Amino acid sequence: MNDPEPTLQARGLECVRSDSLLFSDLNLSVRAGQVLQIEGPNGSGKTSLLRILAGLTPPSDGEVLWRGENIARRRSAFLSEVAYLGHQLGLKAELSVEENLRLSLALNGLSFSHESLAEALRTVGLTGREDTPARALSAGQRQRIALARLIMSSAKLWILDEPFTALDVGGVSLVETLLEAHLSCGGLAVLTSHQTVRIDRRLVKLPLA
Amino acid sequence: MRQMIGPFLALLKRDLLLAFRHRGELANPLLFFLIVVTLYPLGVSPEEALLRKIAPGVIWIAALLAALYSLENMFRSDFDDGSLEQMALSPYPLSLLVLAKVLAHWLVSGLPMLLLAPLLALFLAMPTPALTVLELTLLIGTPLLSLIGSIGVALTVGLRRGGILLTLLVLPLYIPVLIFATNAVSAAAAGMAVTGQLYFLAAMLVLALTLVPLATAAALRISLS
Repeated sequence: MNDPEPTLQARGLECVRSDSLLFSDLNLSVRAGQVLQIEGPNGSGKTSLLRILAGLTPPSDGEVLWRGENIARRRSAFLSEVAYLGHQLGLKAELSVEENLRLSLALNGLSFSHESLAEALRTVGLTGREDTPARALSAGQRQRIALARLIMSSAKLWILDEPFTALDVGGVSLVETLLEAHLSCGGLAVLTSHQTVRIDRRLVKLPLA
Repeated sequence: MRQMIGPFLALLKRDLLLAFRHRGELANPLLFFLIVVTLYPLGVSPEEALLRKIAPGVIWIAALLAALYSLENMFRSDFDDGSLEQMALSPYPLSLLVLAKVLAHWLVSGLPMLLLAPLLALFLAMPTPALTVLELTLLIGTPLLSLIGSIGVALTVGLRRGGILLTLLVLPLYIPVLIFATNAVSAAAAGMAVTGQLYFLAAMLVLALTLVPLATAAALRISLS
């Protein structure tokens, strides 16, 4: 690939929600191997910022650049390298764990083998639950399905909105291990969390007023 | 092209599977269609000449209302559980995924009406040539209803109480379909040519098939932002 280095940059971002200014003239830059943790009190626009970075919401002003190019202009190329984990996990309650996973992989055009699927489920501790409908699982277990999706996604950029919600101690350290592995493979991540993220690599913090 | 078929089929299969697991809920619009039509002979008059006269209108109005009734679920649950977000983040065009969802909606709401209609037409003493035309208009018209409706649902899915707004948005666009379809069936019953009306309906379907997925995808992005 002769694409430039995977970096996520934002220039002069401004976000207005229901007539109130959440932030303006916000600049940020994340390089491969870095995690950006967005901090701020409730209602400070953390989720709004993540949605802007993922291209779900257009910013009121400013631009987001992926590999040096505006994401709105190269949407499909950008989206094939992003995995977004939001407050709503995007799981169908009536479908089983495996059906949910298979579908979201197909939507992203990813091919997978039965083994890799089983391996991802083993990593997140859902082996033996393949055929359980998502509705029958606890909130933490559903979060783990979303993590399995993340593992299999092969995305360079992870955008995680409160990834530790509903997870137990083991789950929290699982997310940290996954992040470590992702970063050492040259990936990058942006996340919001009220918790301290224990990661040896470079963790950049961005406080939202 | 080959690549695009994969996500399209995966989503279509998922929606049909979900529909199958919710089949009780899905039967509602169909039951509504059946009940409205069968109540006419009881409520208005069992007189055969009158029934034959009003049959095209009755069946089509019932089909239109049943379609309207079934619309709201098209994107609702996907919006609520975040699946729609994930679809919008798929590298494939959202309009392609929209088309899969509309097709799934038609297969579970429009197609059963198409299968039920001949039986209801017999209840209402519709002559055989008119029955063929009725089926043709439903075959062209019900996908149109699903397609047009998808724009309205996409625009209102972000609103908590979008039901009335949806009806107001969509109903005026349904009127031309209703007029041409009932006119064609009535004309067929009177032994007149119906190609004009059918061509017009077909033209509307082609137009909707090309433009609606784009409009619905844009409306969904607005609802998501």
